[in-house]
Formats: sequence, structure tokens, C-alpha cells
Amino acid sequence: MVGQFIHQEYLVAGNNFNSAGSASEAVKSTLKKMGVASADIRRVAIAMYEGEINMVIHAGGGVAVVDIYYDKVNIVLSDKGGGIEDLEKAMQPGFSTAPEAVQRLGFGAGMGLPNMKKYADKFDIQSEVGVGTTVRMTIFFG
Amino acid sequence: MKISELSAYIDGTIVCNAHKADKEVYSAFSSDMMSDVLAFVMDQGVLITGLINPQIVRTALMMDIECIVVVRGKTPNNDIISLAEANGIVVVTTKKNMFETSGRLYSAGLKA
Repeated sequence: MVGQFIHQEYLVAGNNFNSAGSASEAVKSTLKKMGVASADIRRVAIAMYEGEINMVIHAGGGVAVVDIYYDKVNIVLSDKGGGIEDLEKAMQPGFSTAPEAVQRLGFGAGMGLPNMKKYADKFDIQSEVGVGTTVRMTIFFG
Repeated sequence: MKISELSAYIDGTIVCNAHKADKEVYSAFSSDMMSDVLAFVMDQGVLITGLINPQIVRTALMMDIECIVVVRGKTPNNDIISLAEANGIVVVTTKKNMFETSGRLYSAGLKA
């Protein structure tokens, strides 16, 4: 498996809540086929799925770029949404700006970003109001 | 317990992947909030929820959950069923509410 490298790009549609998570589903299935340990796959799946949901509910969609190496996955999620006003607040568990309609769908508990940070080995978020948000995550296997 | 036994304890109906009803499950998590499922589930094999949208299946998939129990007599639509079917997740429906469903299954030996 050494030297193996897979590059995937997904358009995350902003107007379709039902399809949110399909990119994470595809990445999960790729990692499974590669024989990556299930605990590592789960960390990738959760971190990326939370990011996808965020892009759908807050940013009108975005792009997910996933690079899979033999020992790690790099995930870059970028959107051209409204950006995050107060990053420090946004990273606090339980803080949410999601509208009630989103909470009725089962999301918006203010756990998305903290969860991504928890499951990723490296986590970086850059956001500018009116410009957009980019999240970079790395998850190492093993 | 087997998923078929779980279904019997709550007078449930297995609505998809019935061929996997012999699978053993050991623990469950009850929530309508998928955010909390993603944040708090460890190795629970069963998700008990009253929410019906495709994200219950995606959430289950990400967490390696094998069985979703839909409570309060709600009916998952075809999109939800086919997504679950394709991913090998068993869906059980019951008319009982979340509290009674959780209580019966806990009493029967399913762990938290």
C-alpha cells in the first residue's frame, strides 16, 4: 500500500439537505476498500460528515478535497459562505447559530466544529466574514 | 440480543434488510439529535430515534451503527429505506415512544 495516493474532489450541494453526507459516504467506502482500520475510518467519516453538514446548513454548499495517502488523509473543506464572525465562540461545544429549522432536522447542537477538532489529528480553520471558510484536517492511520 | 428479538420486545416491524435480523446487537443510543449521536456514540450498534430524514441513515453509517429503530409510529420514506438497504442497515419501526422503547430494550439486556 506504500506509495498509494488517491485524490478525490466533491461538490457539496448547498440546496439539498438530503444529499449531505454523500461525499463522506464515498470516502468511507474508499478507505474500507483500502483496508484501513475501522476506528480510523470512523474518525475520518465523522470529521468529514460534520464538515459537509456545516457547509450545507451554513454556507450554501462548498467543495471537499480529499487526499488519501498510505498513512493519512488530508481533507480540505472550503466554502464561499458568510464566514464565521467569532471563531473562538464557534469552537465552543454547544454554541450554535443554526436556525430552528435545522435543529428540527437533527443538527445544529453546536457540536460540529468541536467534534471535527476532536477526531482530526490536525485541525485548522480560516474564516473571513463575507468571504468564506476553509477547514483543513489531517487524520493519521494507526 | 438478535435484531429479530429486539424487534419483538417493542412489537416492531423490520422494514428493510430483514435477512440481517439474526445479527447480534449489544448496546443502543437514543436521540433525535444526530449531532449528539456523532458526538457521543462510542460503539453502540443500535440507534433509537424519532427523526425521519436520510441523515439518520448517513449518521448511522458514519458511526458503524447496524440497526435503526424508528419510534412513535413514524414511517421512513422510500429514500430513507433504499439508502439503509444499500448500506446494509436494518430499520425497525415501532408505535411505542422513545422512552418505552429504550426502557423495554434496556430491561431486556441491551446496554447503554
